[in-house]
Amino acid sequence: MIKTKINMQAQPNTISANGDYAIETRQLNVYYGSFLAVKDANIKIERQKITAIIGPSGSGKSTILRSFNRMNELVPTARTEGEVLFGGQNIYNLEVDPVEVRRRIGMVFQKPNPFPKSIYENVAWGARINGFKGDLDALVEESLRRAALWREVNDKLNQSGLSLSGGQQQRLCIARAIAVRPEIILMDEPASALDPIATLKIEELMRDLARNYTIIVVTHNMQQAARVSDFTAFLTMDDDRAGILVEFGQTNQIFTNPREQRTEDYITGRFG
Amino acid sequence: MSLDYISDLESEAEEKFERIGEFELNTGRRHGISRLWFFIFRASTVFGIIVLAALLLNISNNAFGYVVVLNQVEPETLAVDGVPLEELPKEAMVEIFASNVSSGLYRRFDNEKPFAERSRQDVLNLVEDWVINPQVERTWSLYESLFMRQQISTEFENNFEHGELVFRSWVSSEFFTSPQSAEPEQAGVRTAILGSLWMITITILFAFPTGVAAAIYLEEYASDNFFNRIIQTNINNLAGVPSIIYGLLGLAIFVRLLEPFTSGAAFGQTIDAATANGRTILSAGLTLGLLILPLIIINAQEAIRAVPSTIRQASYGIGATRWQTVWNHVLPSAISGILTGTILAISRAVGETAPLVVIGASTFITIDPSGPFSKFTALPIQVYQWTVRPQAEFRNIAAAAIIVLLILLLSLNTSAVWLRNRFGRRL
Repeated sequence: MIKTKINMQAQPNTISANGDYAIETRQLNVYYGSFLAVKDANIKIERQKITAIIGPSGSGKSTILRSFNRMNELVPTARTEGEVLFGGQNIYNLEVDPVEVRRRIGMVFQKPNPFPKSIYENVAWGARINGFKGDLDALVEESLRRAALWREVNDKLNQSGLSLSGGQQQRLCIARAIAVRPEIILMDEPASALDPIATLKIEELMRDLARNYTIIVVTHNMQQAARVSDFTAFLTMDDDRAGILVEFGQTNQIFTNPREQRTEDYITGRFG
Repeated sequence: MSLDYISDLESEAEEKFERIGEFELNTGRRHGISRLWFFIFRASTVFGIIVLAALLLNISNNAFGYVVVLNQVEPETLAVDGVPLEELPKEAMVEIFASNVSSGLYRRFDNEKPFAERSRQDVLNLVEDWVINPQVERTWSLYESLFMRQQISTEFENNFEHGELVFRSWVSSEFFTSPQSAEPEQAGVRTAILGSLWMITITILFAFPTGVAAAIYLEEYASDNFFNRIIQTNINNLAGVPSIIYGLLGLAIFVRLLEPFTSGAAFGQTIDAATANGRTILSAGLTLGLLILPLIIINAQEAIRAVPSTIRQASYGIGATRWQTVWNHVLPSAISGILTGTILAISRAVGETAPLVVIGASTFITIDPSGPFSKFTALPIQVYQWTVRPQAEFRNIAAAAIIVLLILLLSLNTSAVWLRNRFGRRL
């Protein structure tokens, strides 16, 4: 057994002393070619809270999420305008390295996508390539514990990550994201490919993780947003099909007392 | 009342739906067409197998069969005091050799390597080749040898007083180990096999890394702009350029322009005055490398494109650089596809003849290639050269050389498949 417990606390807030928020967008516009996918989004994400992004298909939920760690750049035609402030700095500034941004703002994807490597390697690889110096075994164990997967896999760390069930794979992906010690974890419909029980586990896990990390989750499932999130952002499409942020606030308020008619229509199922 | 109303509505909608049209299932006809295509597909496969079998039969037909061997001097007459030739001491053999061949020939072999230094087996081979000098007088094909035994023995008894009727496999261990010779009975493919192996090694060393690197660049780095699209189109077209054109390119660039390098002069190689030019293994290997480069690039691109983008996203998502993503995830996933494409490309290169003819592979050469700066011959060149000879026996050894070429191809492919399975078995 590995005895050493390492300090896995997310980076102290002093780094981002300039901003009161974990991450913040200002007048964010994202284009795919000439198509405007997200228009003038202003959103402020609270630290160590879960923020849910909800909205109908095509409203730019995933696009906004991916703009938080510059993953949109992997799409050749994507173009971003406006600012995304992280630690008081616009991550789209020329001198900012997207590799460093993605290390500090991790991501979990819709479909579980573990590497075709061993469970251990899945978790350890990210740390290793980011120059981790220390007890790698302990890091792997702690990351898997935080992802609530350790007890299920501790006797088969050398098996392929692909041999796990869908829900376990998704938790492995969360462990993989945790292992590089991010401050923010982006989750793009993390439970949509899972059965209800696995979904429940992921949701419980998200609540646990929110004690140490800021979590932003895109979801189609409004019950899920209501259950797990502290804040909710509602996006929809305007007339030219660009995604716009309609309302952003405490989850309670959004679901019980929305200010906007469009939010209410969507939440009550009259639209979308 | 309201329920009736609903059911009325439903039946009305149902009727309307049915009025749109009817189904004519016609399953018999549909299954018939299905079966017809099944037979067409199977017939195509069977046709392919038949053609392949015909090819192999045709080659074997020439490579094996009865021959009449006529010795110039019967070995029994060479026995000294009742001791047969094979058991004589070396000195006695040298004596036999000296007394049965011209003094010029004796001096030639003595100059090549003095008889005092030659081994007993070596001298025995010389005696067998030059004194006994077995000549194939008549050959029969494998088909005749198997099904027309009677006619063969009758013909043999009627036409040949001396000589021996033996079943000969033209593919034999001597065929593998002997160098080229003007006598078909003694000619072998050792120089050609070594030439082919040297050449293909250079081809692989040149084309594989270059091709895979280009494929990685085009798939993972290059943006989708006008310039890169032109490059891509050109690569696709180059894959279809006839091989003889590559031969001309190789002649112009490697043999002529880069002669100081391909002949080895720039690296301080002493060059045989008669062949002091760039017609070396190096030139041939590089030319074949150019020939298969587009194939390797295209196949490697396909393999890289088949790696799911979710893997790349996962890698970038935890802060990996492009190179870390390519090296740790894309390449391991794509490697078996890349190797499969490379195997196919190399198989093609091994069998290429036209470019080698153009860049000047030697057709008659008895010295083993000693390195990349040697003049050389290759198996397909040897086959080509033997098939155009008028003597029947050369057709037999050409068939034997084809079998050797097929064996070489098969073993290259097998080792590549083994490599692929080894690399591909990463969880």
